[in-house]
Amino acid sequence: MTTLATPPGGAAEGAGGGDGEPDDPGEDGDAAGSPSSAGGGRSGYGGYGRFVGGKVLGSLGSLLFVLVVNFFLFRVLPGDPARTLGRGRFRTEEQLNAFRSQYGLDQPLFTQFFTYLKNTAQGDLGVSLRYRVPVSDLILDRLGTTLLIVGTSTVLATTLGVYLGVVSAWNRRSLVDRATTSSTLTLYSMPEWWLGLIFIATVGVGMGFFPGVFPTGGLHSTDVAPGFVNGVLDTAWHLVLPVLTLTLAYLAEYALVMRSSLLDEMGEDYLVTARAKGLRDVDVRRRHAVRNAILPTTTLAAINIGFVVSGAITVEYVFSVPGLGLLAQEALSIPDYWVLQGTFLVASAAVIVANLATNLLYGALDPRVRT
Amino acid sequence: MSAPASSPETAGSDAAGPVLTARQIVHRRRLDGLGRGWREFRGNTPGVLGLVVLSVFALIAVFAPLLADPEGLKVTQAPGGVLEAPSSQFWLGTDENGRSVVTLLIFGSRISLFVGLLATTISIVIGTLVGLTSGFFEGWPARVLFRMTEWFLVVPFLPLALVLATVLGRSLWNISLVIGITSWSGTALLIRSQTLSIKERPYLERARALGAGRWHQMTRHVLPNVMPMVFANTTLMVAVAILAETTLSFLGLGDPTRVSWGSMLDGAFSVGAMTTRSWWYIIPPGVCVVFVVLSFTLIGQALEEIVNPRLRTRR
Repeated sequence: MTTLATPPGGAAEGAGGGDGEPDDPGEDGDAAGSPSSAGGGRSGYGGYGRFVGGKVLGSLGSLLFVLVVNFFLFRVLPGDPARTLGRGRFRTEEQLNAFRSQYGLDQPLFTQFFTYLKNTAQGDLGVSLRYRVPVSDLILDRLGTTLLIVGTSTVLATTLGVYLGVVSAWNRRSLVDRATTSSTLTLYSMPEWWLGLIFIATVGVGMGFFPGVFPTGGLHSTDVAPGFVNGVLDTAWHLVLPVLTLTLAYLAEYALVMRSSLLDEMGEDYLVTARAKGLRDVDVRRRHAVRNAILPTTTLAAINIGFVVSGAITVEYVFSVPGLGLLAQEALSIPDYWVLQGTFLVASAAVIVANLATNLLYGALDPRVRT
Repeated sequence: MSAPASSPETAGSDAAGPVLTARQIVHRRRLDGLGRGWREFRGNTPGVLGLVVLSVFALIAVFAPLLADPEGLKVTQAPGGVLEAPSSQFWLGTDENGRSVVTLLIFGSRISLFVGLLATTISIVIGTLVGLTSGFFEGWPARVLFRMTEWFLVVPFLPLALVLATVLGRSLWNISLVIGITSWSGTALLIRSQTLSIKERPYLERARALGAGRWHQMTRHVLPNVMPMVFANTTLMVAVAILAETTLSFLGLGDPTRVSWGSMLDGAFSVGAMTTRSWWYIIPPGVCVVFVVLSFTLIGQALEEIVNPRLRTRR
């Protein structure tokens, strides 16, 4: 069998742009703490246990640092937090004091931090200044919609992106390749929400040749016929444009990464061997080349799932879809600090967990990354 | 133009003619390297195309006051009606205040490019310093810096930027600072891995044996060798920074007193230019962003290929 896996560290660096490079599971930073394991030579089951322990500890550290940043960023606000957070609503000294004791602002900073840690651990993220409901309730309430949009787009974008990447790499420098590469690069250079605006103006409202077919925002129509099926269909109809926008935004990255990692594979000897064995071109591609080249794309997909919240902010804003992203955007104008803090925490936690899961999976699949 | 071109290992061999000091030789060789790089760059059609497009935008930004009257930016002196369609007087129509969209685009290019460059500078400076330090030194400070790099790499950009921008307030400097602070980690990681590999090369061992201090090693040997990579990375970073500026301005976190392409789109969205079919207010700012970002990306990729010839396979 020639299914030698690509070392993930090497293949990921061909990725198109400069941002969001996936956290290479093959990174060497964790090796520093355990020099003895290299000498031991046996990478058995115990090796994986140590690897898991290290990764879990690292992720917990990252999470703790998110909490620290979250706590202290809002404490370095210029001026008295009670006045800033209260947005000048409090006139008298008693009101200010009441606000301070309600949020524990009269306590020493150290105590406040521990209270914050304790509350967060218990799922208490404060109360929204705008909605007057617990932030955790708001987040749970909005999470489903965002997951639906981002999940659907990720699935569509990975499938289509990988396909486009494979086709253009395999037919390198052909017309198809040129067209795909230039259009994905253009998509990559485009703010995704601008694409959304254009969709709204053309197929949403109707402009020039384009009839206005799709709804321009929201999740539900007011005039929808009663019944569960009608409701689902109506929501799906509303989600077409947001999902299309996000899919196109994600697609570019997958196509570029897939293309460059497949190109890296194409010079390899085992492909010559496969051809020499008399395999058909399709089989060489599907069973040998793509199988080895798909690893970086898998990493990218796994990590992108973590970027659920961040990806949705602008698109949900443009299409007024009531998800987590819109929640964060709405919080900006107030500014609703607790909501911002909460969404930032959830957004970071999602990425950290997705990263951890990817790393652990890699460690289980490929012993070489368990350095 | 990376290691072999500028490393002093082969010094002396080509010092024919007048006797040159070591520094002069190094200087001459770096110039040669730059010349070679430029010739290679000229062979890269997409990169040259990007450079041409970018130069046009740069000229527009520099000579903005000559191309359009700055008075046209004042809401109170707006010459046209609300969201007027394109005409011979207003080539791309007017915005919701009656200002000419062309004037806004011309002056917007200044802010978008300025913020993009300033944010990149901040990001590259932080990234290079952190990367060099965490790669060159050993012990716990380096490890802490590396952990921080990893953290910033993982934390989602937009939510962190939103939180930072809200805390800092809205101004040109702050938006650049926010983008810079949130985007240096990729650079730092790149520089760190380069530094780690350069540190082990024989000529650095030689320098150490001759008694070179850490500062000398860093500034005279490591930094010149990572610089080409930093340069390529910078160009790609500007693309990211300009996109980030556009997005943050669109979300209303830009400097409210200045016009950028992002804030124009914010205005267009707020007045519902999509529903009024005012395409002239939505399409042009976005097209400008795409052109500039694409140019920087193409130039950056061309430079990357020169620095790292292994990447040439992707063309």
